[in-house]
Amino acid sequence: MSLFDKFQPIIDVRAELQSLGIMPFGAVTEKILSATEGIVNGHRVILAGTNNYLGLTFDPECIAAAKTAIEEQGTGTTGSRMANGTFAEHVLLEQELAAFFNRRHAIVFTTGYAATSGMCATLAGPGDTIVLDADSHASIYDGVRLSGADIVRFRHNDVADLEKRLRRLGERLSNTLIIVEGIYSMLGDRSPLREIAELKRRYGGMLLVDEAHSMGMLGEHGRGLAEHAGVEDDVDFIAGTFSKSLGAIGGFCVSNHPELDAVRFATRSYIFTASPSPSVIASTRTALRLLQERPQLREQLWRNARHLYDGLEALGFRISPQVSPVVAVTVEDRGQSIQWWNRLLESGVYVNLVMPPASPGDYSLLRCSVSAAHTSGQIERILAAFAALRGSATPG
Amino acid sequence: MPDYNEFITRICGILQPFVKPGQALTADSELVSELGLTSLQVMMMIEQIEDDFDISVPLNILPDIRTIRDLARQLERLLP
Repeated sequence: MSLFDKFQPIIDVRAELQSLGIMPFGAVTEKILSATEGIVNGHRVILAGTNNYLGLTFDPECIAAAKTAIEEQGTGTTGSRMANGTFAEHVLLEQELAAFFNRRHAIVFTTGYAATSGMCATLAGPGDTIVLDADSHASIYDGVRLSGADIVRFRHNDVADLEKRLRRLGERLSNTLIIVEGIYSMLGDRSPLREIAELKRRYGGMLLVDEAHSMGMLGEHGRGLAEHAGVEDDVDFIAGTFSKSLGAIGGFCVSNHPELDAVRFATRSYIFTASPSPSVIASTRTALRLLQERPQLREQLWRNARHLYDGLEALGFRISPQVSPVVAVTVEDRGQSIQWWNRLLESGVYVNLVMPPASPGDYSLLRCSVSAAHTSGQIERILAAFAALRGSATPG
Repeated sequence: MPDYNEFITRICGILQPFVKPGQALTADSELVSELGLTSLQVMMMIEQIEDDFDISVPLNILPDIRTIRDLARQLERLLP
């Protein structure tokens, strides 16, 4: 017996991939050329597997703001928000996020992972219950495990299954937290939030929605699925990230509950880590403004999403159930998914390879995502690369 | 409330589709190391049990369940 025995399955998979000369996990972007192109593992590729939904990573205004912040405030804060790490700009970003979401309170975290895991770990505790969607992100699962609360999961997007679980809770509903996501990161499908909000109104409890993959994409103002579904008043907490539509790194939680400011000082992922660097805060603040000033980015994103989705569907691939900026191609055979991922890379398209247990089932995914910055020509090249896969194998 | 033996019988019935045909199931059968259930299959089996017994099984108790007997004991605790 060794401490390392449990890593043997990972070691075996890595050895298998190495023997094939294919390294999909930890692929190295040797040079990033733009929001949509780079050189990955030696291949010049269209980036169709990022979360750069609005394409803001190279926006001149965001870059200029980040440069100015570095020059004026240095490269890092070197401290926790609780100590020396709260600069005026962190507070301003919190105010701007609260205003954007029409909420009274906001907390900024150093990463999206810290935001969702921290909120999930802290809001509920021993004696409380958390009811979460089965396909929730790992940061949510990690957080709820830390909470000490009873964790009950319901079948993915299954409102009837959620209702059964709420009904069974009885008197415990008053200290229950329901957790769902806006758009799920792997398949790109949306939570049935209107129906879930209705259940919450009927049964009680509080509702947290992780809008990591839906902020900037859904809703008239880009506030996410809660806005799109018209149920913002039913959502107690919205968590999210700066590393997707806002093109940086960091996370947040907003709420109307005044207790959020107390939660802040009980959340270990907020306290025991350094605060976001000034340049990150500066580009995020700019990106948040641009998200509001340029609704055309959201419109272009959805045109691109529809283009890719329709194209992959026409090619006969088994794809996500809903049109979304995330379009996942299901591949039943693991070996074929690895080969296809590599062939896409060699033909100039980078997508994400997702294998069990990271995928929601016992199948693999070639997870594509589009950006507002993709041109129509780039989407056509992505589709051509997928079409070429069909030359030698039957789609999954 | 079902008694312990009924729990074992019903769990074995639910487990049947998840194991190899002809695989013997006893109270001491280990779900992962002996019957070869993957983490996904464990979760699917738990969902079936939840439907069958009309209960919610908290994820917190899963680390304490190795055998069918462990699962039966936990269900005894969960059912009022």
